[in-house]
Amino acid sequence: MSAALLQCQGLTRRFGGLTAVGDVSLDFRLGEVHAVIGTNGAGKSTLINMLSGELPASAGTVRLDGHDITALPQPRRARAGIGRSYQRTTIFNAFTVFENCRLCAQAGHARPWAVWQSAARCAQAGAIARDALAAAGLADWAQRPAGALSHGGKRQLEIAMCLATRPRVLLLDEPLAGMGAEETERMLALLTTLKSGHAIALVEHDMDAVFRIADRITVMVNGQVIASDVPEVIKTHRDVQIAYLGDAH
Amino acid sequence: MSAAQRINRWLPLLAALALAALPAVLSPYLQELVLRIMTLAVFALSLELLVGTTGLVSLGHAAFYGIGAYATVLLSPADAPAPLLPLLAGAMGAAALYALAVGLLSLRTQGVYFIMVTLAFAQMAYFVFHDTKLGGGTDGIYLNVRPVLALGSAVLLDTDNKLQRYALGWAALVATYGVLALLQRSRFGHALAGIRENEQRMRAAGFATLAYKLAAFVIAGALAGLAGFLTATKDGFVNPEMLSWHESGAVLLVIILGGLGHLRGAVIGAVSFVLLKEALSTPALVGPLADRWQLTLGLTIIVAVALLPKGLIGLFKRGGQA
Repeated sequence: MSAALLQCQGLTRRFGGLTAVGDVSLDFRLGEVHAVIGTNGAGKSTLINMLSGELPASAGTVRLDGHDITALPQPRRARAGIGRSYQRTTIFNAFTVFENCRLCAQAGHARPWAVWQSAARCAQAGAIARDALAAAGLADWAQRPAGALSHGGKRQLEIAMCLATRPRVLLLDEPLAGMGAEETERMLALLTTLKSGHAIALVEHDMDAVFRIADRITVMVNGQVIASDVPEVIKTHRDVQIAYLGDAH
Repeated sequence: MSAAQRINRWLPLLAALALAALPAVLSPYLQELVLRIMTLAVFALSLELLVGTTGLVSLGHAAFYGIGAYATVLLSPADAPAPLLPLLAGAMGAAALYALAVGLLSLRTQGVYFIMVTLAFAQMAYFVFHDTKLGGGTDGIYLNVRPVLALGSAVLLDTDNKLQRYALGWAALVATYGVLALLQRSRFGHALAGIRENEQRMRAAGFATLAYKLAAFVIAGALAGLAGFLTATKDGFVNPEMLSWHESGAVLLVIILGGLGHLRGAVIGAVSFVLLKEALSTPALVGPLADRWQLTLGLTIIVAVALLPKGLIGLFKRGGQA
């Protein structure tokens, strides 16, 4: 088992008197899909937002590769290698699929202020964007406007845009939401191929998908982690069955 | 590339050449009118960088215009011509400095809050000039001697001369348009467009969006200061109304009328706005309504914007280039 790439310790977020996430300590390892499941309001998205840097933590630390990144704002964490997708598709609808990826790839460019250079002719960003589109299976759609893609296509594009920033950690917030069976299969296949080079945190409601693809599952209830283990153990975990899977079993 | 596309591509250059040649055939009055249009076009282009490119709707842009104009007058000696380049740098620098301060304090807000905060800072600047002796209070202040551009003892450009003033305005417009066109095609410009489309995604991709927006805000402020410099040297007079919210609103109307999202739109908007205002305040054309030009101008713009939601530029094109 490899060392944790992304790690949080005692991560806590309070909104006034409400503790949305309380004392969560988790490891996300390279080559693993680590699913975080739980009912609505369990604090999954809040956790992701603290890991990505969009929401400051009330307490606790976040480490990337052993370095404390708790104080870094989101753009710096992104450049350090943390990519994320959102529950609500977050892309540039007005731009083409290729431009979406090229713009994201540009974030890592060493000379962002070189204003005499044309962005459209930026070879570095262009090459990264093409690779990302190919990896996400969108190469044939490159010149379409992003807004014209199907729902599933847009979700795929959002992953491609993450890949264009060359991340090592992927934080995916419900990538399967609203997808049909065929689109779900395509996304799961994509995530499986991405596993080898990334540490993937997956927040998802589709339990079949989670148990098929996850290497490790963390169950949250009311902001607390009640279990974190391999899928076989989680499946038979008594607390989990009572607290979360109770209705289904 | 078709012939039409080729012409379209070179249109800004052709327009610049035509503007350069115009004084040869224009009456002094019309030459002054074209200079006014070019000055407004610089002002409108500076706001277009914020509103059309970056998606930041500011209702306080006249503050930077007015500060540029006041700085021009206040930094000029009372009895001798100021050297043009240092004076220009002073005017643009003063506007940029205020833009930096306003930007730092306002850019964390969004949407209607941003509109209100920029308006508030502009009104603050307005009342500084309106209510203190700094710039002659409500009466404004005169520019006694216009600046000159000299190399040693040779005078290259004397803004006291109408034609040379026109040349300065022309150069300013060409330079502003050129700089903004360059910005828009650069990685920086694409990042600004990304911020307009989806700032959340830009941050998630790793862009420090606040720094980008602040840079755009300061550049826009400096270019508005350039427009203020041109107005001050043209009129030889500045007053607090240059910083008022009417002025901020008018320049916003100019770019909406012309068509947001295109540099050409800002220029077309400036041409139409000045010509409309001129026509609607000429008794020979509109009779007794000439005294009510503000009403008729407002109504005309409302109708134009209602009929052409993409602005006047929507009449000419379907593509999306600068």
